Amino acid sequence: MAGALPSVAPVSRETKSKHLTESTRVKWTLIGISILFVGVVVLLPLITVLLEAFRKGWSAYVEALKDPDAIAALKLTLTTALVAVPLNTIFGVAAAWAITKFRFRGKNLLITLIDLPYAVSPVISGLVYILLFGAQGFLGPWLIDHNVKIVFATPGIILATMFVTFPFVARELIPLMESQGIQDEEAAVSLGSRGWRTFFKVTLPNIKWGLLYGIILCNARAMGEFGAVSVVSGHIRGETNTLPLHIEILYNEYQYTAAFAVASLLMLMAIVTLIIKSFIESRMVSSKHGE
Amino acid sequence: MASIRTKSVLPGYRLTLGFTILYLSLIVLIPLAGLVVKTAGLTLPQLWDTVTSPRVVASYRVSLLTAFYAALVNVVFGLIVAWVLVRYRFPGKKIVDGLIDIPFALPTAVAGIALTSIYAPNGWIGKLVEPLGLKIAYTPLGITVALIFIGVPFVVRTVQPVLQDLESDMEEAAVLLGAYRWRTFRKVILPELVPPLLTGFALAFARGIGEYGSVVFISGNMPLKTEITPLLIITKLEQYEYSQATAIALVLLVLSFGLLLIINSLQRWSNRRLRSS
Amino acid sequence: MNQWKKRKSSSSFILLIVAALMITVLSACGSNNKNSSNGGNSSASPSASGAAAESASPSSTPKKGSVELLNVSYDPTRELYVAFNESFAKYWKEQTGQTVKINQSHGGSGSQGRKVLDGLEADVVTLALAYDIDALADGGLLKEDWQKQFENNSSPYTSTIVFLVRKGNPKNIKDWNDLIRDDVKVITPNPKTSGGARWNYLAAWGYASQQFGGDEAKIKDFLKKLFANVPVLDSGARGSTTTFVERKIGDVLLAWENEAYLAKKEYGDDYEIVTPSLSILAEPPVAIVDKVVDKRGTREVAEAYLKYLYTPEGQEIAAQNFYRPRLPEVAEKYKDQFPQLNLLTIDGDFGGWREAQKKHFADGGTFDEIYTPGS
Repeated sequence: MAGALPSVAPVSRETKSKHLTESTRVKWTLIGISILFVGVVVLLPLITVLLEAFRKGWSAYVEALKDPDAIAALKLTLTTALVAVPLNTIFGVAAAWAITKFRFRGKNLLITLIDLPYAVSPVISGLVYILLFGAQGFLGPWLIDHNVKIVFATPGIILATMFVTFPFVARELIPLMESQGIQDEEAAVSLGSRGWRTFFKVTLPNIKWGLLYGIILCNARAMGEFGAVSVVSGHIRGETNTLPLHIEILYNEYQYTAAFAVASLLMLMAIVTLIIKSFIESRMVSSKHGE
Repeated sequence: MASIRTKSVLPGYRLTLGFTILYLSLIVLIPLAGLVVKTAGLTLPQLWDTVTSPRVVASYRVSLLTAFYAALVNVVFGLIVAWVLVRYRFPGKKIVDGLIDIPFALPTAVAGIALTSIYAPNGWIGKLVEPLGLKIAYTPLGITVALIFIGVPFVVRTVQPVLQDLESDMEEAAVLLGAYRWRTFRKVILPELVPPLLTGFALAFARGIGEYGSVVFISGNMPLKTEITPLLIITKLEQYEYSQATAIALVLLVLSFGLLLIINSLQRWSNRRLRSS
Repeated sequence: MNQWKKRKSSSSFILLIVAALMITVLSACGSNNKNSSNGGNSSASPSASGAAAESASPSSTPKKGSVELLNVSYDPTRELYVAFNESFAKYWKEQTGQTVKINQSHGGSGSQGRKVLDGLEADVVTLALAYDIDALADGGLLKEDWQKQFENNSSPYTSTIVFLVRKGNPKNIKDWNDLIRDDVKVITPNPKTSGGARWNYLAAWGYASQQFGGDEAKIKDFLKKLFANVPVLDSGARGSTTTFVERKIGDVLLAWENEAYLAKKEYGDDYEIVTPSLSILAEPPVAIVDKVVDKRGTREVAEAYLKYLYTPEGQEIAAQNFYRPRLPEVAEKYKDQFPQLNLLTIDGDFGGWREAQKKHFADGGTFDEIYTPGS
């Protein structure tokens, strides 16, 4: 910092830091508020889930996870995420590129449309596919004639998940790429770099954390989505139940412990991805320092 | 299309925009258009009666107000949390940072069940506040609590990167000019944070209006009092009233869309203003 | 748009990949389902292994190999059908040598009915009320006179609406008129979204109707007072039970008799069941979905499945799961479990479900009148 401002030597270090950060009291008050807020709003529900999950001990917990229906639900959930997340990632990168690297009319509208699935009630996100592909829907009769099932089967669940997680990657990348501007890419192109090369060599390194973060969020949401999937799933045990639906079923069967055990599994998956994220992040920082 | 954009040396305009629009249409726009078509099965007076019947109007009120307050709470605390996470070092910082994303990942139904068991009259917090005559679960307050949970990541995660990228030059310059911390914050930092705060608010708000899974458990679902609009959509469906259900859904959709459009325009406007100044 | 062609090579490449990906996913799953609809032994794994599953041979000889059935039912019947399916699979194996796998789907009666209407391929439906199956008939999935296909209105077991109260009945709740007392909090699900709650509502209506000699103004007033005592209106029957037993809210839960017994079984002796002087005969009906069984060729096993519900074995299982059996000898055996009470019937006292639905639960019906602003 000092190097960046060589001419300001007269300003003593102390004054600068005093005015550039808050007093210790303010600082710790703010930290306290943050921890309290996150603790009450987010951590408390998590602890509740864990406590309920282990209420009947470890063996009951493992038992709940070993249930064949739970495993089938896990498989379906993973399959869904495996299809929905990569597709949404490709889309997110393309959309962010188009929106941030070029100026065109209707950009605001486009961004808003991309945001739309955030705001659409999950109930509606499921319903629209029923209206489209259901037996009484617009394409339903044709699909039945050709023996293709979309709703109440895996494709419907994947589609609903794609809808719900649609904006995550794009949303993460757009502000990031916006703030980075287009100078780097322009320089590369003027030096003769081709399109894909420019993207992989110049843009991608700049956005990779935002991208990774978007993917992680997209994935977490894809695995946890309940409302939309509930509408398009047939709720058939071991066939079209994702983990969140399986949790609801267990809960409705008075198997609270098992329900929370499966819920804690989803939580665990989310936490693990977040740990991986911060691990890569710290490695990146250290390798940067090494350069 | 090419004619209305300014020239750029960068490649991939048609490819990326084309793909964006195609994918957007397939996954989002065409299915949503189905909603409009289905609603068209109603005549205009029927449509009007459906979306303005007293119970439906009451549910808009509940959904909008609770989502608004929840988003407001999230803006205030989200800003503080983002600030703390970017500017300070303290033990447990990583954990707090990681916890922020949990509401994205936790299935909403699980969140609803967990929150209800905490805030119900016999739950941990419900028990604490009951002697004060305060009821949380099964009141609009309970809905707000659920929506705060759902909305936490939106504000924090939109503010955080901007705060991180905020050049400290400007703050330093302000300090050199003799500004004190609070003044620096108000005059230099806050204006930069307005766009992400607005976005975060809008996203949390819009998400809150439509939220179903976590709310039905904690709301009590009393008509006129704690009945949310998404529940009414489900209610209509249970009665096999598809077009009425889609009519209400459409109102929600237009509401969310308008909101997002306003906020996105505001944000771009303020971005441009900031850049030019 | 002409410029599109110039850039065709790169852009159409990406589009192709995406299209291919989507088609693969859709068709893989499509063929998976085709396979299971042939009654083949498709794996429960929903992974996109469509190509492998395709090779499974269709069961052209119905009495060999295995067959799958899908029973789409409502919430409180989970435990009943888990036991019943096991028993039926054994019976069918003995009778025909064929292995039958019965898939279950549960949810709110209305939403389950809607799913079948929207294309969920249920061979049989076992729902909470005839109205939901009528809706399927309206959609052309089965015949208008489906309720005559099996005995007893196609309802192999019945239930009724009873009160679940806390141990010792501290509020001394004996009958429907206790529910409108100022000091009593009542838990019931929302009749708009829950089949069970509609039976609750009609039972209360029937009681008030007898009290007031059919004076509608007074009946509505009674129901208004009753619902003024409801602090939480869950969207489904199980949700209400949870509110009552887990959250400890309310003094009395209006519930299916089987649901009340089940809650008592799950939660020990903290609860007591109170049988009111008058209730309603709840007839959860069953039906074969003609369109689906004809397409899948499963009519025979589906019919046997539902008929098995009427056999002594089936009736025994129903009784063990707290549903009132129809068969006299089984009913006799369990008569201590099910106290006698005066029961109204939907057809005799309310003119059938279509009529009741229109009068009470459709928009602007009597239930909506209870919740009007300013009241």
